[in-house]
Amino acid sequence: MKHDDINKLAHLARINISKDTIEDVTQSINNILTLVDQLQQVDTKGVLPMSHPLETPQPLRVDEVTEENCSKALQHNAPATENGLFLVPKVID
Amino acid sequence: MEWETVIGLEVHVQLATKSKIFSGASTRFGAEPNTQACAIDLAMPGTLPVANEKAFRYAVMFGLATHAEIGQRSVFERKNYFYPDLPKGYQTTQLDEPIVGPGSVEIVLDDGTTKSIRIHHAHLEEDAGKSLHEDFHGMSGIDLNRAGTPLIEIVSEPDMSNAQEAVAYAKKLHSIVTSLGICDGEMSQGSMRFDVNISVRMKGEEALGTRTETKNLNSFKFMEEAIALEVERQIDILEAGGVITQETRLYNGDTKTARSMRSKEDANDYRYFPCPDLLPVILDDDYIDSIRAQLPELPDARQQRFISEYQLSEYDAAILSDNTQTAIFFEQAVVICQDAKLTANWIMGELSARLNAEEKNITDSPISPEQLANLIERIKDNTISSKMAKEVFNALWQREDKYGSVDAIIKAKGLKQVSDSSALEAMVDEVIANNEAQINNYRNATPDKRPKMLGYFVGQIMKASKGQANPKIINEILLKKLNQLINNT
Repeated sequence: MKHDDINKLAHLARINISKDTIEDVTQSINNILTLVDQLQQVDTKGVLPMSHPLETPQPLRVDEVTEENCSKALQHNAPATENGLFLVPKVID
Repeated sequence: MEWETVIGLEVHVQLATKSKIFSGASTRFGAEPNTQACAIDLAMPGTLPVANEKAFRYAVMFGLATHAEIGQRSVFERKNYFYPDLPKGYQTTQLDEPIVGPGSVEIVLDDGTTKSIRIHHAHLEEDAGKSLHEDFHGMSGIDLNRAGTPLIEIVSEPDMSNAQEAVAYAKKLHSIVTSLGICDGEMSQGSMRFDVNISVRMKGEEALGTRTETKNLNSFKFMEEAIALEVERQIDILEAGGVITQETRLYNGDTKTARSMRSKEDANDYRYFPCPDLLPVILDDDYIDSIRAQLPELPDARQQRFISEYQLSEYDAAILSDNTQTAIFFEQAVVICQDAKLTANWIMGELSARLNAEEKNITDSPISPEQLANLIERIKDNTISSKMAKEVFNALWQREDKYGSVDAIIKAKGLKQVSDSSALEAMVDEVIANNEAQINNYRNATPDKRPKMLGYFVGQIMKASKGQANPKIINEILLKKLNQLINNT
């Protein structure tokens, strides 16, 4: 991976990587990728991909409303609210 | 040059569960902002999702209704992107192992032939919240009530070749999910939303053209308009020697225009990976079989039943069976009045016209199936003519009679039709006696001209009876008397 790839990833993850640290980060991630490369050499033919480390199915719950309105408490630490809405810097996609 | 259009649809269907897919917060529409968004929906640290069984049941019902294979092992993935109405920073969705595999639905084309539209797959996911951009001092307002509402996203193959087919397919899905009762079908509330993938290519070309995706259409009408507009735009560009850019577009139904939202270059890289917070959901054969055994009647099967059970035409049966509520209304009325054809005519005619004019659903009809059936009974037993019936219908619609009784309205309005033949004979005699010139004309006319002239006399009699004479009996008596007159001279 090159600096450009790392910068693109950083942008997607909304992480700020400064010019001073980019070389370090690139090196670290490349180290991890080397490890992954090594792992990928293992012959996995006939092994089902594992989507979760726990060998057990997901329990399901009954369709019932169990949560009460806690909007006041939940908005307590929001920087800005109005008429029950969270206010955020304007983003239009 | 002749062009052909290729269309594929992604349809988001909100499932009619009481609570959200991963939390116990209510999914009710129209609540005050953020009053139905709990700590899980807000992605508070330390919270974990617990999956709602009903959402899986509903998705399986859809799969079975569209002849699809059910994914007995269902895995959730995280689709990562940043947007203020997505608090977790990822949407929990499915990718490689969706709950519903390949299936298909049949649509009926304008020429009456049917076409099968293939469904690539349908997967379960959670809806996002809503961003409100107006009037917050340059800020955006975020309402997370919708965040976590269960959705199935139904992805079709690119099997549709014009707007009509796309709309027919969308309406068919609407009809299926509402018949199954897994979605309330309220388009204006966003219960069904459509993303349309469109490309054009020269006729006979094998390879697909570059496609665009028009996102988030929430009515059949907008969908039809957006497709027409986009097809025209693409053909114009290609005919001018240009190239189509792969992009996401937004259609504005108010201005009837569309604009580019983002091109492929800035398309998000969603960095999907399996969600570590959710284990694979395993649905066994018994579970799926028990759902199959309880599937309600689907529109196609209901149409066939209406044809065989009520001798309705294919067209009438299709219209009445398409919407579950209309079908229920129809059958409730027929049970009482025992006349399927008349009931069909009244529902598809007068009732639909009035409901459409007032933008009401049949469930909001001021006239009940029982009232409509009573009205039809009074037409059948000749108490009232069809014309009078419309007057009674209006009175019922306006709720003029507080008990809503058809008979009370007929009585109050003095609408009883005169079917007593001695009274009618007297009226006929009077009209014949008072219209000597016209009678002579009738006598001298060739037999093929006579039926038309008959209308004049019927009109006179109806007028004399203030519209209360039974036109059918009048016709019979009149013909009999006129024939006597002619034969006697």
